[in-house]
Amino acid sequence: MTQLIYVPDDAAALSVGAGEVAQAISAEIARRGLDAKLIRTGSRGLLWLEPLVEFATPGGRIGYGNVDAATVSALFDDPAHTRSLGLVEEIPYLKSQQRLTFARCGIIDPLSLDEYQTHGGLAGLRRALEMTCTDIAEQVVESGLRGRGGAGFPTGIKWRTVAAAPADQKYIVCNADEGDSGTFADRMLMEGDPFLLIEGMVIAGLAVGADKGFVYIRSEYPHAIAKMRRAIQAAHKGQLLGRNILGGGKYFDLELRVGAGAYICGEETSLLESLEGRRGQVRPKPPLPAIAGLFGKPTVINNVLSLAAVPTILAQGAAFYRDFGMGRSRGTMPVQLAGNVRRGGLIERAFGLSLREIIETYGGGTASGRPVRAVQVGGPLGAYWPPALFDTPFDYETFAEKSGMIGHGGVVVFDDSVDMARQARFALEFCAIESCGKCTPCRIGSTRGVETMDRIIQGERPVENTALVRDLCEILRDGSLCALGGLTPMPVLSAMDHFPEDFSRAE
Amino acid sequence: MTKALKITLSTDFDPAPVRDLAQRLKGLDGPLLPILHAVNDQFGYVDERALPVIADVLNLTRAEVQGVVSFYHDFRRSPAGRHVVKVCRAEACQAMGAERLISELETAFGVKLGETSKDGRVTLEPVYCLGNCALSPAALIDGKLYGRLNAARAQAQVGK
Repeated sequence: MTQLIYVPDDAAALSVGAGEVAQAISAEIARRGLDAKLIRTGSRGLLWLEPLVEFATPGGRIGYGNVDAATVSALFDDPAHTRSLGLVEEIPYLKSQQRLTFARCGIIDPLSLDEYQTHGGLAGLRRALEMTCTDIAEQVVESGLRGRGGAGFPTGIKWRTVAAAPADQKYIVCNADEGDSGTFADRMLMEGDPFLLIEGMVIAGLAVGADKGFVYIRSEYPHAIAKMRRAIQAAHKGQLLGRNILGGGKYFDLELRVGAGAYICGEETSLLESLEGRRGQVRPKPPLPAIAGLFGKPTVINNVLSLAAVPTILAQGAAFYRDFGMGRSRGTMPVQLAGNVRRGGLIERAFGLSLREIIETYGGGTASGRPVRAVQVGGPLGAYWPPALFDTPFDYETFAEKSGMIGHGGVVVFDDSVDMARQARFALEFCAIESCGKCTPCRIGSTRGVETMDRIIQGERPVENTALVRDLCEILRDGSLCALGGLTPMPVLSAMDHFPEDFSRAE
Repeated sequence: MTKALKITLSTDFDPAPVRDLAQRLKGLDGPLLPILHAVNDQFGYVDERALPVIADVLNLTRAEVQGVVSFYHDFRRSPAGRHVVKVCRAEACQAMGAERLISELETAFGVKLGETSKDGRVTLEPVYCLGNCALSPAALIDGKLYGRLNAARAQAQVGK
C-alpha cells in the first residue's frame, strides 16, 4: 500500500523550513524507490512543533516534530526516531480541543474539493440549498454565533437585516484583513481549509439574496492570497461557485481583493471604502453596511472565522453549535497563543476556557523560561492582563466587565523583561501610524500621547503626565469615530492600572 | 507615518504599459487598488507620471489617485532595493526581541529602518504583523516569510 506522508504547506510552517523538508522527503522517496506519496496540508496549529511531518499508519498518523531537511532520511530508517511524537491526535494540546471550524485544517489537502467532501465539507451548503432564505438566517441567529472579528455582533441579526433590505444588488464581503498582532487564525484557515470559507460565503449569499462576494485579504499574507486564489478557481470548476451551485440552479460569484498595508482597513467601513478604490477612511454609522454598504448596497461584512463557522451550524444544526460555550458567548473560539510562549499555536475550544489554562496548560509558560508578567489579549487595541487576573474565563461579557476584550482571539505573552510604559507608548505610536486621519482625537491625540509617554519614560513629572495621558485616553475613547481611536486607550490604561510601577520610575 | 517623498524622474517613462494595465483592469468593481497593485508589482513602484494616466483611464481627478496612492503603505513612490526585508515590529514579535533584531539588521545592512542602502542592495522596512506570531520574530524577505529569525539568517538570505 502506498505510504502517505504529510507536510504542511502553511506560511508559518514554511517560515521555519517546511518547504525544504518537503523537498527532502520527495528526494528520499525517489532515492529509495518507495511506494509513497507526499501530501501538502495546512497546519495543525501545533506551531511550536513545526515543521511537523506526519506518516500515515493503520493506527493513525504518527507525527515528527521540528523536522529539518537533514533529519528526513533518518525518519525513513527508524519510525521510532527521537523526533517521534506518537499519534498526532493523541497529543494533549490537540486532543483536548473542540475543533469545529478547524476540524480539517492540517488533515486534508486544502485544494482538493474531493477530500473536503470526504471529510464532511459541503454538508452545510447542501442543507442550505433545501431551506428558505429566512430559515438559513434564523439558524445562524439561533446558533448564537457572534462576530469573530472582534466586535462580537450577532452574525444572524446582521444577515436578517441584509435579507430584509430591498435592493437590486447585495454583497457578501469577507474581512480577511487580519491585522491584529498575535492573530493568525484567518490565515491558517485560508491556507488550510479555504473551501470552508467559500462554503460559508455561498451560504451567506443564499440567506440574504446576494450573488456576489469579495474576500479582502491583507497584502502581508502572500501565501494565503495564492492559496485562496487557487481555491476559488477550483471552487468554480467544482460548481461550488458560479452559475449552478451544486447543480441547484443558484448563482454566486466570488472575487479576491488584496489590501495595501493599511491596518485601518480591518475596520469594516474603511474596508468597504478600500474595496471601492478609495482611501481607507472610516465612514460614519449610520447607515449600517447592512443597509448601505459596498457601492451603497446592502452588504454582509463578516470576519473569516464567522463565515467559516456557518457550514458547521447548517450541517449540524443551530442547537449543536449553541451547546458549546458559556453565557452569551456560544460555540467555539479559535484562540491564538503567541509571543514569548513555549508552545504557541491555535487552540479551538468552547468559550469559557480561562486565561491561565491557555497560558500555562497549553502554552507551558514563556519561551525564555522567565516568569510571565503580562499578556495582551485581543490584538494591539486589547488590554494587558496581569497574572492576578488569569482566572478570567474567555467570554465576551466577562472580558468587557474587566475592561478588556477578546477581540479576534489573540493572546500575546510577555515575560518579566517587558517595560509596560514602553508597551503603552507603542499602543499610541501604532495608533498614530495607522490612523486614517478622519477624526482629530485619533489623528492628533495619538501623537500627543506618544510625546507624553516619552516624558513619563524619561522620568519627567510622571504623576502629572500620567494623569494627562489618562485624560487624553478619555478623549480618544469618547471622541473617535471607530475602534482604532476608541480602543487604543485599552492597552494604555490597562498597562497603567495593572502595572503602575512602570510609570513612576525615573530612568 | 511621514513617508519621505523621493520621486524618481531621472529615467524615461513610458505611459503605454501603465495605460494597458489600467485599461485591462478598469472593468472591475472598484478598479483603482487592483490597478495600483498591478503597476506597483510590474514596475516595482508607482511612478509620479503614472498617476495622470490612471486618472485618465478611470475618469478620476489626478488628486483622487494621488490621495489613494499616498494613503496605503504598500505603494512605493520610488524603486526599492534589490532585496526587501520587511521586519515585524508588532507586539508578539516585540515579546521575542524584535527591537533588538531590528537594530542588528540596521547595523548589518548599514541602513535605518525605512531606508534603502546607498548601493541599492537592500530596503529595510517595518511591518505590523505577518501572522506568524507563534514563531516570532518574523520577517518577509523578498516575499518569503521567515520565523524564529535572527540577524545572521536574514543576512544569509540577502547575501544569496
